[in-house]
Amino acid sequence: MWRIRAFEERVAELTRASEVHGLVHLSIGQEAVAAGVCGALRDDDVVYSNHRAHGHALAKGAPMAGVMAELMGRDGGLCRGLGGSMHIVDVEHGFFGATGVVGGNVPLALGSALAARRRGTDAVAVVFFGDGAVQAGIFNESVNLAALWRLPVILVCENNGFAEFTPRSAHTPVERVSDVVAPYRIERRTVDGNDALEVRAELAAFRDAGRAGGGPFLLECLTHRLRGHYEGDPANYRQALAADEWQALDPILRLQRLLDDTAPVAVIEAEARAEVARAVTAASESPYPPPELAGELVYA
Amino acid sequence: MTELTYLGAITRTLAEAMRDDPDVVVVGEDVAEGGPWGATAGLAEEFGAERVLNTPISEAAICGVAIGAAQSGLRPVVEIMFIDFVTLALDQLVNQAAKAHFMSGGQLTAPLVLRTQGGAGQRGGAQHSQSLEAWLTHVPGLKVAAPSNAADAAGLLRTAIEDPNPVVVVESKALYFRREDVPDGPLRVPLGRASVVRAGRDATVVAVSTLVPEALAAAEELASDGIEVEVIDPRTLVPLDLDTIAASLARTHRLVVAHEAVRQGGFGAEIAAQVQEACFDELDAPVLRVGAPFTPVPFSPPLEDAYLPGRAAIAAAVREACGR
Repeated sequence: MWRIRAFEERVAELTRASEVHGLVHLSIGQEAVAAGVCGALRDDDVVYSNHRAHGHALAKGAPMAGVMAELMGRDGGLCRGLGGSMHIVDVEHGFFGATGVVGGNVPLALGSALAARRRGTDAVAVVFFGDGAVQAGIFNESVNLAALWRLPVILVCENNGFAEFTPRSAHTPVERVSDVVAPYRIERRTVDGNDALEVRAELAAFRDAGRAGGGPFLLECLTHRLRGHYEGDPANYRQALAADEWQALDPILRLQRLLDDTAPVAVIEAEARAEVARAVTAASESPYPPPELAGELVYA
Repeated sequence: MTELTYLGAITRTLAEAMRDDPDVVVVGEDVAEGGPWGATAGLAEEFGAERVLNTPISEAAICGVAIGAAQSGLRPVVEIMFIDFVTLALDQLVNQAAKAHFMSGGQLTAPLVLRTQGGAGQRGGAQHSQSLEAWLTHVPGLKVAAPSNAADAAGLLRTAIEDPNPVVVVESKALYFRREDVPDGPLRVPLGRASVVRAGRDATVVAVSTLVPEALAAAEELASDGIEVEVIDPRTLVPLDLDTIAASLARTHRLVVAHEAVRQGGFGAEIAAQVQEACFDELDAPVLRVGAPFTPVPFSPPLEDAYLPGRAAIAAAVREACGR
């Protein structure tokens, strides 16, 4: 979680400095979901994500320098600078990618689960999405199909209470995403998404059931997006948390309070910040991709 | 040679591809029952429900599942029953499938085939009769095929299934039940190679899909007046075989492009533009376009019949291009 936090804090600075380009959506405050979910998966468990994807990618194993270089539009980026923040992909570690279309990747995870079953592996597929995606038609189509085909897919909703700039209550009368999928009789849990250990435990239970032929599953993680929808969003639509409120919620501080006596917490943070510094250096040294690259990668 | 319908050639090809590659699966509405025309008839019996996947009426999810399955190693062939409904799957096709290879810096591929069919003439009304292929040609990353006969329907489909990119095969419902001789054995027609289906010296007609037989009929009629028309079927719109068209123009110096889709914004406009950029000096007359008028497809039979471009419109355009 410190790796994600330190990475994204640096990304925020680099965005203001115009070193990181374009629309950037940070997940600061939501790190426990990425860490709790991805930490329980293998490389061949394919993960799809949404527009707020840096944490998911890093937690799944994507090399930090490759993610940073991608955000900076460099040839050394995971996607050689052709994707950007909303399109990070790291096939080697089973991170099949972010998407800029809300809800757009949900059915792709179903397809990956279908392929795993067809090919006789016990891999599960996971897709992250926000509560805003649940109101999109594609979500309903996908949940129905996943339930109908009993696919080994885990739908992970990061319910941070805001769809872009609007509170969930203004978009739907259904408060809990787990209630939205109730008629489909899929296994579902709503957990404290700022509790990394709880997220991991529930995800692991679904993972094991998926490996044994079960599915689909929905894990709703109640969490808090500390920053605006995107970097530069003044977030006038909501009140910022008071410092003491955030201290109580912060998933990193919460885990630290549990581990204080046993883990070298300060060392973990320092290592994370050093790794970020190295990633920025490596990314900055990478050139921009050659202009002809765009034409070369339209078709496989 | 075996006499097959255009549809029968598709069914045979799907079965051959599924026998040869266990990763090929068929996905779509009612495909296990064969679909409304029978394109997938018999596949569920031979290959089972795990490979011939009936879906709910959820075009977007069907397409998305196929993309995800393709990225994880399968070779899905999706059926969208009418091209009119591809609208519902366009986010998946345009934003997820077409760009995956590019946006991932070459890490991902989405080797899926989306089969669909278009065209009017069946009294289907304006939402079951459209020719929307031009939309798809505007999206980098997609390939678009439009077979005009049974052998090409087989050969293009087989090549599309083996292609590492998302390929949309736009079939013609008007041609589905034409019976033709089809060579035996697995056929493969390369994507991006046009076919000169009739040789001629006076004018070139580039006709798409349903209008290829119409262009041949027009050519027959014009031949009796001493006008020899060369008819080219591009077979794939993306990639487009401009070389074959240009080589023909170097002999005929006159070009008519013909498709059933509305002329405005149709793919004929793209062919005309590419031709005038590449070989303006070869043209002895303006490029003329034959296509449907800029209205939705009317339902009433006499109105639909009048709406459809065909041999008469092609023949008239050729005479105009030739000044005769």
